[in-house]
Amino acid sequence: MAQGAQSRRGGNDWLREALPKLVLSPSLAMVLIFVYGFIIFTFYLSFTDSRILPSFDLVGWENYSKLFRIRAWDTAITNLLIFGSLYIVICCALGLALAILLDQKIRAEGFIRTVYLYPMALSFIVTGTAWKWFLDPGIGLQAVIRSWGWESFTFDWIKDGDMAIYTIVIAAVWQTSGFVMAMFLAGLRGIDNEVLKAAQIDGASNIALYRRIVIPQLRPAFMSAFVVLAHMAIKSYDLVIALTGGGPGTSTEVPATFMYSYTFTRNQMGIGAASATIMLMAIAAIMVPYIYSELREKS
Amino acid sequence: MSSNATATVVRTGAGSRFVIYTLLALFCLYYLLPLYVMVVNSLKPLSEIQAGGMMSLPDVWTIAPWASAWSTAQIGVEATGLRPFFWNSIVMVVPAVAISTVLGALNGYVLTKWRFRGDTIIFGLLLFGCFIPFQMVLIPMARMLGIVGLAGTVPGLVFVHLVYGIGFSTLYFRNYYQQFPTELVRAAMIDGAGFFTIFRRIMLPSSGPIAVVCVIWQFTNIWNDFLFGASFSDFDSQPMTVALNNLVQSSTGVKEYNVHFAGAIMAALPTLLVYIVAGRYFVRGLMAGSVKG
Repeated sequence: MAQGAQSRRGGNDWLREALPKLVLSPSLAMVLIFVYGFIIFTFYLSFTDSRILPSFDLVGWENYSKLFRIRAWDTAITNLLIFGSLYIVICCALGLALAILLDQKIRAEGFIRTVYLYPMALSFIVTGTAWKWFLDPGIGLQAVIRSWGWESFTFDWIKDGDMAIYTIVIAAVWQTSGFVMAMFLAGLRGIDNEVLKAAQIDGASNIALYRRIVIPQLRPAFMSAFVVLAHMAIKSYDLVIALTGGGPGTSTEVPATFMYSYTFTRNQMGIGAASATIMLMAIAAIMVPYIYSELREKS
Repeated sequence: MSSNATATVVRTGAGSRFVIYTLLALFCLYYLLPLYVMVVNSLKPLSEIQAGGMMSLPDVWTIAPWASAWSTAQIGVEATGLRPFFWNSIVMVVPAVAISTVLGALNGYVLTKWRFRGDTIIFGLLLFGCFIPFQMVLIPMARMLGIVGLAGTVPGLVFVHLVYGIGFSTLYFRNYYQQFPTELVRAAMIDGAGFFTIFRRIMLPSSGPIAVVCVIWQFTNIWNDFLFGASFSDFDSQPMTVALNNLVQSSTGVKEYNVHFAGAIMAALPTLLVYIVAGRYFVRGLMAGSVKG
């Protein structure tokens, strides 16, 4: 290609035209087959009687109607709603609060930011392992506080079917809230200080400054945080596996763990495919409008 | 994004500054607590943990849990320690990161400097592929890896991570190259430089920052992956995260919490190291993956 000067007017025009597309095509082919082709395949399987192996005999909506009659799926959806809403709300609230605090010309800002953010570098399996034993009543927080003399102290949520889902919220918030803080901090740093100065001269209090001027301007950061967190909540699998394994019983089952167990251990592939399809729909409902608006803005 | 990285002009009095610093310090403790728990408990004998001493420093310091986690602990059925699986993860991560970064750079270059009809749609397709729930591809991918003979192998995992990593690496390079002056590329084209010459001589030399971001992102994502590792590997090809989970969940015998903590730190060390060395880029990567600056 270094001799492009000669080929410029020569017969290589076709190659020159096509080369960029040729370079792009392997990636495009991979994505078309392994993302979209596979999505269609799984979608198709969700209408078949596949059990341990894929089958191509259609059974209509049977898998979906079965799916919504399974109690574990019901639990999984309820858990996702509880976990997802608490996770998003707490991460955003905590992230915003920390970002505002850290934006007050703090001396050791760099260090503190590092401390708040490092959990994001860890695998959910590591986070899950750490919190699993920390929350374990036999050796963790409860045992420690009791050994300090508060004999009746009880914190056994992780062993309690009604409360275990909240331990997942605790660990997930620990892992992600620092990242949300960084998103809001970036948003805060982009705010025009002139407007704030003018409002200050008019005698606005700090609380009013934040409520009336700063926070409304953080809308894009809120949007991004919501999209990222919702997406992570729907996909969450590793943390649940590491922290509770879906238990006690099926009390912390989420759609991602449900899909895995129905497909690969219970050999109900058709139902597994149906549950995966529903997960995809949920994510598409959040991501497609977001990606669409991002791409439109750019061009 | 943080082009005018100036702190706020909001003024705070001495009293509220004291409150602010106290709160910030308390949250430092909150974020550091699990790390503290992992580190101190990986250095003490099991009996101290069982006696309710999880929060205290070791009475007897020992590195035996580390030695056990690394080379003798029971993972599944065999007492291999985590060492072979750490190696699996390295062998998996390096090619997957390298290839997806190179392809991402080329794709980003094409999508910004050699634009053609429909390129935005193609980018949109690549981008949405980043965000799908991978449950949607597990069944056909397991079948396909089986058919081509890559099931349960490290190369199979490399392939899977490559396929689902391209979207993000393309996203990074596309957004970065979009800022790059197209006039320079035009001028080089008029001078007769070809596709790859322009890429090598003009684009690559200024791609350092985004390459770092992309490599860090892919490295942390692939190293930390669990779902693909759990789905597509068998005992010999397990990555570190899957092996760690097997170590912790194994129900036989006494639970060796100190060994579990040592193993967890081992699984965390590579990404933690990357984060400490290149934290600035790590944050930028996270942001670009979400906010798309």
